[in-house]
Amino acid sequence: MSLSHFLAMGGYAAFVWPSYAVTLIVIVVNVLAARASHKRALEEARRRIGMQELAG
Amino acid sequence: MWTWLHKFASPPHFYRLAGQLAPWFGWTALLLIIGGLYGGLVLAPPDYQQGDAFRIIYMHAPSAWMSLFIYVVMAVSAAIGLIWRIKLAHAVAASCAPLGASFTFAALVTGALWGQPMWGTWWVWDARLTSELILLFLYLGYIALRSSIDDLQRADRASAVLAIVGVVNVPIIHYSVVWWNTLHQPATVTKMAAPSISTSMLIPLLVMMVGFNLCFVALLLVRARGEVLRRERNAGWIREATA
Repeated sequence: MSLSHFLAMGGYAAFVWPSYAVTLIVIVVNVLAARASHKRALEEARRRIGMQELAG
Repeated sequence: MWTWLHKFASPPHFYRLAGQLAPWFGWTALLLIIGGLYGGLVLAPPDYQQGDAFRIIYMHAPSAWMSLFIYVVMAVSAAIGLIWRIKLAHAVAASCAPLGASFTFAALVTGALWGQPMWGTWWVWDARLTSELILLFLYLGYIALRSSIDDLQRADRASAVLAIVGVVNVPIIHYSVVWWNTLHQPATVTKMAAPSISTSMLIPLLVMMVGFNLCFVALLLVRARGEVLRRERNAGWIREATA
């Protein structure tokens, strides 16, 4: 089986590849967004603690 | 059992444990998804009716399954948070929403990309497709409701009610292909006695579904860690955790 035959997906390349691309991009974006969300919460918590120590 | 549960639900313990577990779930998910991609795109033979277009199932079915599964996890955690006033449960529910919305989006897009070559249309307003679209709006409504309330405790309670009410949509989506005439084909996997596809097609699908599930668990753990931090005001353990 050649690569071009594989990429052609029996004539359905225009539907198969975008569906894989969209789903895998959704997963990658989810990974980045989840890590960013945790990082943001950490920074907020650090700031809160810092302010508390200043006040105390 | 209860003392174990209590210990697990304590924020410092959860924060530490989730941080240790998330990479394991994440890397295992990655391996399974890569294996599922190879099985689905290379090993599985083309379908005798749909040709290679059927391979969209390896993205579509796991996404659609996750869209429902995550909603149930969200609604159950919201209910636990509401009834027993457990902050961790609210943190888990809040973490589910963006994950569920994104998998619902993927299910709808891959469904359209499958519908066009097979049915000759990207979209029809039939029971399965419409109820899945409503699921997306439920997730988005939940996220919008949360972001419109500044006080975290009030946001948790109000959004929990929405999540619980919206759960009626889940069985409607699942059984829509049975209850109504629809273009959508019936379930492929859930017919445990006689799955309607051959083993070489089924195994990559199951691998992919487990991969997506573990991926969700990893993402949920990472997001829930952040949500726990947001709910814990000035607690001593945060000082240690963030040091």
